[in-house]
Amino acid sequence: MNGTIQAPTIEYALLAPMLVVFGAAIVGVLVEAFAPRYLRSAIHLPLTLLSLAGAFALTVWQALKGVPTKPAAMGAVAVDGPALFIWGTILVLAFVSVMLINDEGHFVAAAAAVPGSAEEEQALYSGAAHTEIYPLVLFAVGGMLLFPASNDLLVAFVALEVMSLPLYLLCGLARRRRLLSQEAAVKYFLLGAFSSAFFLYGTALLYGYAGSIDLARINAALGTVGGQDTLLYLGAGMLGVGLLFKIGAAPFQAWKPDVYQGSPTPITALMASGTLVAAFGALLRVFWVGLGGLDWDWSPVLWGVAILTMVVGAVLAITQTDIKRMLAYSSIAHGGFLLVGVVATGTAAQNTSALSGILFYLVAYGVTTVGAFAVVTMVRDAGGEAWHLSRWAGLGKRSPLLAAVFAFFLLAFAGIPLTSGFFGKYAVFQAAVSGGATPLVIVGVVASAVAAFFYVRIIVLMFFSDPAADGPSVVLPSRGTAAVVGFAALATVVLGVYPEPVLHLAHSAAQSLFVR
Amino acid sequence: MPWLSTLMGVSVLGALGVTLVRNDKLAKQFTLVVSLIVLALTVGMAVQFSPNGDKFQFVETYDWIPSFGVHYGVAVDGIALVLILLSVILVPIVVLASWHDAEAGKRSVRTYFSLILVLEAMMIGVFAATDVFLFYVFFEAMLIPMYFMIGSYGGAQRSYAAVKFLLYSLFGGLLMLVAVIALYSIAGKGTFMFSDLVGTVQDVTTQKWLFLGFFVAFAIKAPLWPFHTWLPDAAAQAPAGAAVLLVGVLDKVGTYGMLRFCLELFPDAAKFFTPLVIALSVVGIVYGAIVAIGQTDMKRLIAYTSVSHFGFIALGVFAMTTDAGAGATLYMVNHGFSTGALFLIAGFLIHRRGSQFIADYGGVQKVAPVLAGTFLVAGLSSLSLPGLSTFVSEFMVLTGTYQRYMVPAIIAATGVILAAIYILWMYQRTMNGPTAESVKGLRDLNAREKFVVAPLIALLLIFGFYPKPLLDVIHPAVKDTLSSVGVSDPAPAVPVAKEGQ
Repeated sequence: MNGTIQAPTIEYALLAPMLVVFGAAIVGVLVEAFAPRYLRSAIHLPLTLLSLAGAFALTVWQALKGVPTKPAAMGAVAVDGPALFIWGTILVLAFVSVMLINDEGHFVAAAAAVPGSAEEEQALYSGAAHTEIYPLVLFAVGGMLLFPASNDLLVAFVALEVMSLPLYLLCGLARRRRLLSQEAAVKYFLLGAFSSAFFLYGTALLYGYAGSIDLARINAALGTVGGQDTLLYLGAGMLGVGLLFKIGAAPFQAWKPDVYQGSPTPITALMASGTLVAAFGALLRVFWVGLGGLDWDWSPVLWGVAILTMVVGAVLAITQTDIKRMLAYSSIAHGGFLLVGVVATGTAAQNTSALSGILFYLVAYGVTTVGAFAVVTMVRDAGGEAWHLSRWAGLGKRSPLLAAVFAFFLLAFAGIPLTSGFFGKYAVFQAAVSGGATPLVIVGVVASAVAAFFYVRIIVLMFFSDPAADGPSVVLPSRGTAAVVGFAALATVVLGVYPEPVLHLAHSAAQSLFVR
Repeated sequence: MPWLSTLMGVSVLGALGVTLVRNDKLAKQFTLVVSLIVLALTVGMAVQFSPNGDKFQFVETYDWIPSFGVHYGVAVDGIALVLILLSVILVPIVVLASWHDAEAGKRSVRTYFSLILVLEAMMIGVFAATDVFLFYVFFEAMLIPMYFMIGSYGGAQRSYAAVKFLLYSLFGGLLMLVAVIALYSIAGKGTFMFSDLVGTVQDVTTQKWLFLGFFVAFAIKAPLWPFHTWLPDAAAQAPAGAAVLLVGVLDKVGTYGMLRFCLELFPDAAKFFTPLVIALSVVGIVYGAIVAIGQTDMKRLIAYTSVSHFGFIALGVFAMTTDAGAGATLYMVNHGFSTGALFLIAGFLIHRRGSQFIADYGGVQKVAPVLAGTFLVAGLSSLSLPGLSTFVSEFMVLTGTYQRYMVPAIIAATGVILAAIYILWMYQRTMNGPTAESVKGLRDLNAREKFVVAPLIALLLIFGFYPKPLLDVIHPAVKDTLSSVGVSDPAPAVPVAKEGQ
């Protein structure tokens, strides 16, 4: 009678980019299991890069073929314009991050060994290496792809975990400053687990309210279900906490500086660019699609969060003495600027302009960030990377080109015209002004001015101060790192001088908004 | 021929070229040649400008970022033309004057000269932009080369001064950015072209807010009292050449912006805020002059005189009479030459003795008569001696202001007297009296330095006796601006004397 089970329809072609990445990750695990140690790196690198490039090609192909208007995989995954744009962005950022990861000397030889012990030394001499970082990265990237595309909350949760768990591990693998690295991993894991729990609890409460975890159905229930407001508000709030944590919005920003500081720098680059992009994609989808009808309620809260995030990021960055912590606070401040765009909702045209602004900002910021962290990996002294800001004094004299490129990245972060950062900021602020969030924009520009101070401070250090006698040396970059820095610098210039093509792309990606 | 783009293109290509030249001396010569080519091209453009023709000439408009409604739009009217001329005349002079400046710091000479040429392109762009967004882009971007010029090649306090300069200007610029965005949204035209935006904001309250956004940025840039505190630091720490470009040209962007954008885009708000701006200007005139008298450092003194002079310019802009407006525009040009000469000669003097302090000098006239003589002429131009071009502009501003605002004009006129005190007293302490022991061995100006000073003094003299060519160009543009603001000159209080009386 009712013995037949309807087989779900899965649009494999639409999901192909994710499937390629996840497939390559699984192959990577098999390589770890069966390939001899000396071959592993040689297999992993091409496999990882090729799968990312292939996934990118598939994403482009999908975008050219036409953007679907319905969610795929029985409504679980929405492959729409914004999702495809975000996928493309994440894949490019992941590709360049992997080129950094491939560079030698970032990762510990034996993570389980006690820092400074004989065991560790022995592992170092025997040439041990954690080659499983490549499949881990691929899993994380797969999670990043799924997270912003997930159309129901449970898939979103799974994606969140797939994205985060490998990152927790990767954080703890820094070769230098082992204790900081381990601390970062534990901190990130504990706080991340909390935030995931919040997310899951929020999902459960919303299910209780709407009877569905599908974003569109939750939105549809907003107008019809009465008398369950407590469930709704608690659920939405908890969901918000989980998402804002991943972005690093204040007051959930505390993990960011510690984790960015302790992680191996290439992993920091991946997190600062890819994770941020993915988390913003998911945040937008949950708030605009799932809770779109509730914007009168969440919008004031996000106003407050945005203001707090901008101020906290910009002000606390001033006091930092560690270059990576400084960049972490800068990333918090930029998260705040992006949140300004999230609240700029209104008519469909307004939403499109806000969404395309955010998408452009994410591209601009992500590329520049990877470039900046790539530069950080190159400035070293005896104890590894020269993390203390005072060590950067006079870098402009030692290696003018590298310092000039880094200064350029900093100016882009500060949003000086003729850099990509300016147009990103402009796009978001313009959307916010036309969306009626002018006060938020004023706070934003004041925060930008404060933020400019600490970016400029580093330029002062590099160019106007005299170099220390035993200052750090700039290593001759490997071909991969040089390519990453070159790519990031080029992108920052091109997007700053002629942003139209990417703006246009972002606009057409945002045109259809999120599918429901 | 796309004149304005060519000018900018030549400068930018020149800047790239300088970085490629391996030899420092060759790099300097190359820079000088490029700046002279730009000057020649600009003169070639200027002679084709017809003062009574279209308001904007040499128009070029291309789409730059259609998604934002941004155009690459450049063109000049009379006001922009004379300011561009000022810029391109000062650049080769500064290049020649800075011949040995960059070597003191053991920093890259090529970078310094390359930055000058980048700055030149941006100075042309900022005055020529007919797209508000493009103007903003140049307005902010030009801070960066100047920041590096001050920070890398300046005096002992250079990094403090450079950061202060950058942050003040950046902050003002960001406020302006909000106003620019809001203007775009409210106008709803989907374009940033200046001509399309004029008259789009009708609501007076909105106008007031937007006016403030623009005005604060320009007042910081100009700088108007009480936004001036960054200027003495920046000008005193900058190398002399950079100080000339900073005070002579970059700061003019502020007063130019008031005239072009604040007045034309927000006429009602401009009228509302006129009393306030006039009060600030008059306070600035007197305050700048009094503080200048008390300075012990020559470069700071000159910087404070500029605060006073910028008060005059802002006063002329906001008096909203043809005379005052034209006078203010002329003042911008003359002030560039006059303060330029003053900064450069003071720079030569400081370079010889190695001190900026007035007290370290005395009786220089006897050992270096040419230096002292040119310093005197430059100083006299700063106090607006009749016969020098600055007198014409200051007189026009004062009479133009008097037609509408009598009391402020009278108070402002005291600035003329105070100017005599700060200039002559400085001259007296450094150049007259017994020759100080430390300056006994001072050399007089060499040939290169004479080549630097001669054109400036010549220009001051020529335009002092015959300002007509400049005024012919400026007058129609100012008239046009004021008529679009909707003000007309007040009727003369005394009937004009009839012919033959």
